[in-house]
Amino acid sequence: MTQAQGAPRSFQEIILRLQTYWASKGCAILQPYDMEVGAGTFHPATTLRALGSNAWAAAYVQPSRRPTDGRYGENPNRLQHYYQYQVLIKPSPPNLQDLYLGSLEAIGIDMELHDIRFVEDDWESPTLGAWGLGWEVWCDGMEVSQFTYFQQVGGHDCAPVSGELTYGLERLAMYVLGVDHVMDMPFNDPQSPTALKYGDIFKQTEEEYARWNFDVANTEVLLRHFEEAEAECAAILAQEHVDPKTGKRIIMAHPAYDQCIKASHMFNLLDARGVISVTERQAYIGRVRALAKQCADAFVLTEAGGFSGEDAA
Amino acid sequence: MPDLLIELFSEEIPARMQARAADDLKKKVTDGLVEAGLTYAGAATFSTPRRLTLALEGLLAESPTVREERKGPKVGAPDKAIEGFLRGAGVTRDDLEERETPKGAVYFATIEKAGRPAAEIIAEVLDTTIRNFPWPKSMRWGAGSLRWVRPLHSIICVLSSDEGAEVLPFEIEGIAADNTTFGHRFMAPAQITVSVFDDYAAQLKRAFVVLDPQERADAIWQDATNQAFASGLEVVEDKGLLAEVAGLVEWPVVLMGEIAEDFLGLPAEVLQTSMKEHQKFFSVKNAKTGRIERFITVANRETADNGATILAGNQKVLSARLADAKFFWENDLRVAKSETGMTAWTEKLSNVTFHNKLGTQAARIDRIAALAREIAPVVGADADLAEQAARVAKADLSSEMVYEFPELQGLMGRYYAEAAGLPQDVANACEAHYSPLGPSDDVPTEAVSVAVALADKIDTLTGFWAIDEKPTGSKDPFALRRAALGVIRLVLNNDARVALTEIFAKGYEGVNTADLLSFFHDRLKVFLRDQGIRHDVIDACIEMDSNDDLTLLVKRARALQDFLGTEDGVNLVQGFKRANNILTQAEEKDGVEYSYGADRKFASDDAENALFDALEGDGEAISTAIEAEDFAAAMGGLAALRQPIDAFFEAVQVNADNEIVRRNRLNLLSDIRKACGQVADLSKIEG
Repeated sequence: MTQAQGAPRSFQEIILRLQTYWASKGCAILQPYDMEVGAGTFHPATTLRALGSNAWAAAYVQPSRRPTDGRYGENPNRLQHYYQYQVLIKPSPPNLQDLYLGSLEAIGIDMELHDIRFVEDDWESPTLGAWGLGWEVWCDGMEVSQFTYFQQVGGHDCAPVSGELTYGLERLAMYVLGVDHVMDMPFNDPQSPTALKYGDIFKQTEEEYARWNFDVANTEVLLRHFEEAEAECAAILAQEHVDPKTGKRIIMAHPAYDQCIKASHMFNLLDARGVISVTERQAYIGRVRALAKQCADAFVLTEAGGFSGEDAA
Repeated sequence: MPDLLIELFSEEIPARMQARAADDLKKKVTDGLVEAGLTYAGAATFSTPRRLTLALEGLLAESPTVREERKGPKVGAPDKAIEGFLRGAGVTRDDLEERETPKGAVYFATIEKAGRPAAEIIAEVLDTTIRNFPWPKSMRWGAGSLRWVRPLHSIICVLSSDEGAEVLPFEIEGIAADNTTFGHRFMAPAQITVSVFDDYAAQLKRAFVVLDPQERADAIWQDATNQAFASGLEVVEDKGLLAEVAGLVEWPVVLMGEIAEDFLGLPAEVLQTSMKEHQKFFSVKNAKTGRIERFITVANRETADNGATILAGNQKVLSARLADAKFFWENDLRVAKSETGMTAWTEKLSNVTFHNKLGTQAARIDRIAALAREIAPVVGADADLAEQAARVAKADLSSEMVYEFPELQGLMGRYYAEAAGLPQDVANACEAHYSPLGPSDDVPTEAVSVAVALADKIDTLTGFWAIDEKPTGSKDPFALRRAALGVIRLVLNNDARVALTEIFAKGYEGVNTADLLSFFHDRLKVFLRDQGIRHDVIDACIEMDSNDDLTLLVKRARALQDFLGTEDGVNLVQGFKRANNILTQAEEKDGVEYSYGADRKFASDDAENALFDALEGDGEAISTAIEAEDFAAAMGGLAALRQPIDAFFEAVQVNADNEIVRRNRLNLLSDIRKACGQVADLSKIEG
């Protein structure tokens, strides 16, 4: 394909270009969150930072896990572990669409040759108690990103509103690089002495995890972990706001939220094991949502959450 | 007279909302203007993904001055009263006019409400319109509090007349109206300055924006059919998709592409659904083979390579999508063809709740299977096959394909049942048992399908009746009216003789069968009314025995309706009613029921004797006909009674002085009632 500024040659080059681009637009380039999550949205840099009145601009790669999507590395497009690129800017700037289109050009998509479309797709995360309006962005009929104006997170209205961009990196990169099977995609520069393809790095892990996710993971242990995380989250949030040791006001919204993330991932694993019935499913989602909501409640009482007054407690 | 041009330019409006939004814009603005006294000659409205446009022609330049006359106090009234009146009317003493009235001289004031310039009114109306716009879903953005479907960027508000075009001063949440907009996002992104509507539309077209959604849809359809035709193929028509696609582009460019050979073996419905749902592609089929061989996509721009890159991209995406569909199809086929066959799927349904008070899908399937067995002999189906079909009919709900494309339920069931080597009747029932869905949907005719379709619907109806979740008013969340109509059409179209009450009793435990039957009768009335059968005719037939046998009921009703269309019919009903009224009054008065049978020996008049003859002969004929369900003959019997009844009333006084004669005549009337009553309850007939 013809490129506006030279074609990227590898998966990692596309990531690097996105990093450079969003850095140049004033975003803090964060690192991935160090826990298993289902999507980049779960990173506290999005979920929690979308709350409260403080301005925010961050971009990062987030490794994401969706156990049910495992295909033993055989499906050309589906992976149980993949990467998302996530941008969150609050308040959403008026030129966010143009900024976004600029990022596509930065990774080598020539606007003169491709057909970019904003197709209605309202986003909702029942587990995070969050929703927003926006689009899936199509490039020649392929969904390359989610574009969302967050309206609510953890049951709280977002004011100001954050603009969130999520790129499915593998799919986008496969398209830009003209690769048909994800495992064939060059991960680093194909000219480098040790040229590695995506499959060299992930084919085996996809197989291993698919087997574990679907057939081996100990459901009793997973269930116990779920319940422990749920209990720990509540226990953390039940602590006094003022730390008895330091005398400082320290609300532990982030540690509590880690437990929420953990519970959510345990639920995803249980789901992949096929041990959750349709009726139970709703109940589990409701339990994770309750945690997310309590974490959001706690976060807005913190400084990062825009809290400025004296804490009554 | 001035013209008004309004454009609300935003980020991409969902395709499904555009048409309605354009109408709402017109309605809200014109209603507001007219209410403020500003009338107009014509209004036109347009939408694209990025704009809603309203053009008004022949608008008043200002609202007319309104004069109102108000009657005040009498001349010479106390000053206080006069002052009060002046204050209320907002006039001075000099403005008052003295007028003679029958009650003496009275002050009158003429209050004038000056007209207001259009600009002022428009600004107010536009503000209200934007703030209260009825979007199905709206949002906030940035740090603002305004709500719109997606961020609103600019507003054109231009009032033009012979003197020129002026931008109306209007601002909402930091967006000031002006006379500028933007062309196509990629092909002509520069700002455009516009004046009147024609100039606006022409400039937009030069900037690669077709303003009129109908024009875009027409262009897409024409180009698509031309391209398909040139390849000897035809586009599968889909009006909903066409409207949607027209709402996704400002500058439609139609591209036709190939479907990779690998996927042509997928069922046509799967190809079509996958292409439509995921990619918004039209299907292009080979009319001879019925196979779907190509797709049509609509891009939003022209490119230097004539869409080659875009088409290649779309093709690639489609292949990935179809690879998924193929994966589901092959996995599902593997299950269907395995030793367990479709039962592997039915077993999974024991984890799926149908309704929390009605148990799991698996429990529901057990009930439907039992019911299908009961119904089978009545509709001429083999009971074993009906039960087998009922057991697999919902199995595809667990299949991967139906999980991905719920709208393919039933259809996939048929494919999989065929693959599993089940009897064709069973496979067909998997697809057909959901039918009929709507009032115009085809009704299954194969006996096994009919049995399962009836069992499915009757289980649903008896279940929801048993847990008291009946439809109320406009609320019918479980589509029970549709289910009942489905049963009605299945029974009638197949001439099935089903005693519904008995079947209901075998349905979900605890159902009130009489109540459910009366719900059916209500639905039947609605259904037959559409076919021109009078509701009173149906009421007259519902009163008869075996009214849960809908085929019989409708046969009777049709015959009666035909009969009532004849002179004999109309007069017979009159005669019957006369007899019935006299009889009812007498029975009430005397406190007895005259049903002993009349005795001919007390007959004194020729007409009376003739009626005896007629009732004996025709009464007999009517019962024979009814017995044979020959309602036309029964109506013929009634017709033959008309003349003797009329003649009887002409010649004879029922309430004779002689009590014996009177009673005998009343008994004779009772015989009329009885004879007619074999056919229908004619007392329900109106008029």
